Amino acid sequence: MLAKAASCPLAKRHFLFVFPALDNRKKAWFACLFCAGFFVALFLSAKLLGNSGLDVDFLHRKLPPSLSYPFGTDWLGRDMLTRTVHGLCKSLSIGLLAAACSSIISICFGVMAATMGPRIERLVGMLIDIIMATPHLVLLILVSFACGGGAQGVIIAIAVSHWPRLARIIRAEILQLRHADFILVAKKLGKPPGWIAVHHILPHLLPQFIVGLILMFPHAILHSAGLTFLGFGLTPHDPSLGILLSESMRHLSTGYWWLAILPGISLVFTVKLFDILGNNLRTLFEPRTTQE
Amino acid sequence: MDMVGQSPPTLKSGHGNKRSPEIKQIIMESSSITHFFIHKTLRLGLTLALVSMLAFTLVSLSPIDPVTAYIGMDRMQISPEQESKIIARWGLDKAPLERFFIWCKNVAQGDLGVSMIFNEPVTEVISKRFLTSLNLMALAWFVSGILGFILGVLAGMRHNSLLDRGIRLYAYIMASTPSFWMGMVLLSIFSVSLGWTPICGAYPPGTIDTDATLWQRFHHLLLPAATLSLVGVAQIALHTREKMIDAMNSDYALFAASQGESRTGIAIHHALRNVALPAITLQFASLGELFGGSILAEQVFSYPGLGKATVEAGIRGDVPLLLGITLFSAVFVFCGNAIADLLYSTFDPRIKQNCEEQHLC
Repeated sequence: MLAKAASCPLAKRHFLFVFPALDNRKKAWFACLFCAGFFVALFLSAKLLGNSGLDVDFLHRKLPPSLSYPFGTDWLGRDMLTRTVHGLCKSLSIGLLAAACSSIISICFGVMAATMGPRIERLVGMLIDIIMATPHLVLLILVSFACGGGAQGVIIAIAVSHWPRLARIIRAEILQLRHADFILVAKKLGKPPGWIAVHHILPHLLPQFIVGLILMFPHAILHSAGLTFLGFGLTPHDPSLGILLSESMRHLSTGYWWLAILPGISLVFTVKLFDILGNNLRTLFEPRTTQE
Repeated sequence: MDMVGQSPPTLKSGHGNKRSPEIKQIIMESSSITHFFIHKTLRLGLTLALVSMLAFTLVSLSPIDPVTAYIGMDRMQISPEQESKIIARWGLDKAPLERFFIWCKNVAQGDLGVSMIFNEPVTEVISKRFLTSLNLMALAWFVSGILGFILGVLAGMRHNSLLDRGIRLYAYIMASTPSFWMGMVLLSIFSVSLGWTPICGAYPPGTIDTDATLWQRFHHLLLPAATLSLVGVAQIALHTREKMIDAMNSDYALFAASQGESRTGIAIHHALRNVALPAITLQFASLGELFGGSILAEQVFSYPGLGKATVEAGIRGDVPLLLGITLFSAVFVFCGNAIADLLYSTFDPRIKQNCEEQHLC
């Protein structure tokens, strides 16, 4: 592919002649690799940094960002970069765990709604209506109140409130597949339902599920950050990014802008990467766009 | 609340899947607007019943002891008699199911109980706080709606132009931005560095609600409303952009172009009308997100509205207030969705025509 494009005169005239050779598919692969690489790097750096920058150091308090402290230091002299990396890892793991739980709920309800008859379908529809009836954040506050706060409260709250969208997607996909020609032919050929499920339905369902799961991450991470920011959930001893931001809230009015701005930008960046990862995976997996 | 924007295609299909059969069903069942209202009222009753059941179950599950949450640090200093008095006064000595029925009976009579932290009837707290929040939400709602619509139209009019890319980039970044962080950024720029806007509250410190002048209120409103608007613009802009691209590529746009109409002319005279309705509908349907966003924004700016009350109720274990706010927010969201449905079924000629063709009206 590369050689073919390089020999093309149009591509040669281009300033960066390698790039035109990349079709959408390759670009999507690169984007995915970059995102995955970033997440691996983030967790590795959290491991490598350890607790080195987290000691209280009154000589270096409230320093603005500089070369030795790229994110500045906080009111106890702790390195904000280290805190941000740890906080991001914490927020990410909570978000990922919650989204994974939520996706399990959504696959159960989605499959149930599609296969177990109209009564169950109506029941699932009603459950979705209840979840959607209040603003997300009010439900999150209620559930985390019911769990008495803590990380588990945040995880449960996000898990029970984020499943409806993916459940709908799964249900619609199964309903559509059931009447697809290849399934009907397989039935006529006498294949057992289990065989059809594994060989015909699963390959269609799995990409939808994975993409839906990954696109759930940004919501989950942002909501968990919002919930901890409001003071539900984690304690300051175990700082996630939401805690970091709500702590810096108190120092914002005295002019220590870096305490909030830089960790926030890194959160936005990370969440954006998940979004990009999900959308590119969709381009790769979905039959309609996979050849483009 | 949706801090992350959904990508437009799924959003569109999600709405399409959900709304149109429901509207058709409503039209099938009802022939006039009164039927619509009866249907919606029944629906609201059912939703409220389910939501209150869920909410009550959740707060009963909570391991947070309301008495401890109420008294706080002085817990050790009260005697068992005093404690049992408080418990009896709040009716906490009864079984949860019994409490639920008592609460339901009171709610049916319009009594939501007494808020523990404000020491006022919940209905009063909610109405007072909601009026404060309403200023904020209404301003943010209008600004984000109008701004988002204009940006969406501009982006869709010149598909893939530099302007379109700029607007798209902005909207995609905003979709991943937590609104509370946006508020903190604005706060540190405009209040702390530049000193243009006040740091917190709804009126200047030292004055009370009724003393504040209109300008003072507006001044305090600016940043929280800007926060909500900046983030809220994303969804409506992306949605409108998709619709606008469809409209500009439609047959009627092509026909108008063949008659010598300019691009801008097509956009203003032909496409705009078709795009306006979905945008308005979406704006009504996203009232829930606005409510959630206002909880976060009010927390950042210490704005004494309903959102701040929600957070306080949750943290300090004020169960009656929390339940009241949950019910209220459910009504709020429901009204938004009902208005969206109503707009669609009254103003979209295609849906009307559709049901006439099917001999349903």
